[in-house]
Amino acid sequence: MLAYLLRRLVYVVPVALGVSLICFMLVHIAPGDPLVAVMPLDATAEQEAEMRAAYGFDKPLPVQFGLWVAKAATGDLGRSIATGRPVAGEVMTAVGNTLVLAAAASLIGFPLGLLFGFVAGYFRDTGVDRAVTALAITGVSVPNYWLGMVLVIVFSVTLGWLPAMGAGPGGSRDWGWDAEHLRYLVLPAVTLAVVPMGIVARTVRALVGDILSQEFVQALYAKGLMHGGVLRHVVRNAAPTALAVMGLQLGYLLGGSILIETVFNWPGTGFLLSNAIFQRDLPLLQGTILVLALFFVAVNLLVDLAQTVIDPRIKRT
Amino acid sequence: MAVITESIVAPVERTQGYWSGVARRFRRDPVAAGCAVLLLLLILAAIFAPYLGLADPYAGSMARRLRRIGTPGFPLGTDELGRDMLARLVYGGRLTLFLGITPVVAAFSIGTVLGLVAGYVGGRTNTVIMRLVDVFFAFPSVLLAIAISGALGAGIVNSLVSLTIVFVPPITRVAESVTASVRSLDYVDAARASGAGAFTIVRVHVLGNVLGPIFVYATSLTSVSMILAAGLSFLGLGVKPPEPEWGLMLNTLRTAIYINPWVAALPGLMIFVTSLCLNLVSDGLRSAMNVRD
Repeated sequence: MLAYLLRRLVYVVPVALGVSLICFMLVHIAPGDPLVAVMPLDATAEQEAEMRAAYGFDKPLPVQFGLWVAKAATGDLGRSIATGRPVAGEVMTAVGNTLVLAAAASLIGFPLGLLFGFVAGYFRDTGVDRAVTALAITGVSVPNYWLGMVLVIVFSVTLGWLPAMGAGPGGSRDWGWDAEHLRYLVLPAVTLAVVPMGIVARTVRALVGDILSQEFVQALYAKGLMHGGVLRHVVRNAAPTALAVMGLQLGYLLGGSILIETVFNWPGTGFLLSNAIFQRDLPLLQGTILVLALFFVAVNLLVDLAQTVIDPRIKRT
Repeated sequence: MAVITESIVAPVERTQGYWSGVARRFRRDPVAAGCAVLLLLLILAAIFAPYLGLADPYAGSMARRLRRIGTPGFPLGTDELGRDMLARLVYGGRLTLFLGITPVVAAFSIGTVLGLVAGYVGGRTNTVIMRLVDVFFAFPSVLLAIAISGALGAGIVNSLVSLTIVFVPPITRVAESVTASVRSLDYVDAARASGAGAFTIVRVHVLGNVLGPIFVYATSLTSVSMILAAGLSFLGLGVKPPEPEWGLMLNTLRTAIYINPWVAALPGLMIFVTSLCLNLVSDGLRSAMNVRD
């Protein structure tokens, strides 16, 4: 198992490099001269020279990529065209806010998804099962940016219970764990939680159904175990896969919150990205995507490692 | 008629083909069949939109902005520029459905070829293709779509390109795994032993067995693709105004939620209903074709 863990750890390096390569190429697939694409419109001659040196646009592509990765590894992601501030700083502030949102959505979506999926799988082909299945398929089908709008219409515009936009009173960008800030978190977190809830519920339902139809379950009953005892075995068997799905969903939440953040003006990475797109701020776009993708790679790694540790059947050598 | 003639000419018991069995099982599933009909109606309405006697979807008037649902002459109200919502929703289906379905079709073609090659040839070819796929898997799909179209800029073609790139890796992965599992079966070995070339084996013996599962998987991606395509337009990537498109309409109507919220929510409802139908049809197909994931 240790060998597998090490190998999995080493394998992250080429994937991370591949991810960096795709992010690097974003500036080059953009139409027009890449130098123009990463420079403010009113750039001075010195700025132009600085940009040319920083990106090395006169050098061959592989050298440029090497330079860019070397700078990115030291935390230098270039400067935003729109604000002139370092991209790394902007992204880190935004990532914090996105993590708050993703964590809240996970706390809502995962337990509900697990509960619904488990109940539906355990009581297959009953009314409960059908209700959960319908709820789950609605969850995975709903465009969440629209759901966000509908929740705003109901809870902010019509009922006036919750704020419609922002991450705190007075358009504050700094998150705090107090009641006032939490009110702002409710609607975007619930919106974001719906898709993972649906996916987790669907997966767990299928999983539990499959496990219950296996022969060892009959053996457990034959042995005299009561429902509670059997349930423990089912949970143990379902746990690794359920964990993997949840890990993947947590990663998707980091990227998937982009549209939701736009709907709610949440000052996270999605907000940063939509600004970057709107202002054609390619360094900012590139940096944000890189950081988010690397986060996703890290989450996947952690899930894989955790799965190897908790699942005794995985003895990969 | 045909049946009677046939039974006279050839009184042999006819065995039903695989596909007619699938069709029969699919029709027996009321939810899936109903959704398939609804989808067909949506697609037909989109195709024949100019012949349905609808109002001009581009003609607006400042004098009749944001009318409510049920206003005489405007059954679904008007949008923020006074354009008829019913016409725009029907016309909007054209671009949204096109932008949602085309990338999956393109990715299905490319991904199937890549997966077949990787799965059948194996070895280094497999390693190269599958490691490349792994790298794309390191991006959440929404993020990858936004990254590529963000760099390419707004536009219908760019949106199609970016979504195709998003869906090629997952389809390749599925195609590779089913091909690899079929490849090691005895009848493929038998064909190889009898001297059949790689191309013939893939065309005759492998393709028929892998296309079904890949197709079902691809249909399950269509709803995601449509939500993403509309999402790109919603972000200002993808379709540009004044074209009617559900995602873009949802975005331009966002400011109207304080004045006429339910009209503003209509384009999203269309995306939701279509995506729900796509998912239910895909689920129905999956069980009708007896594909297990």
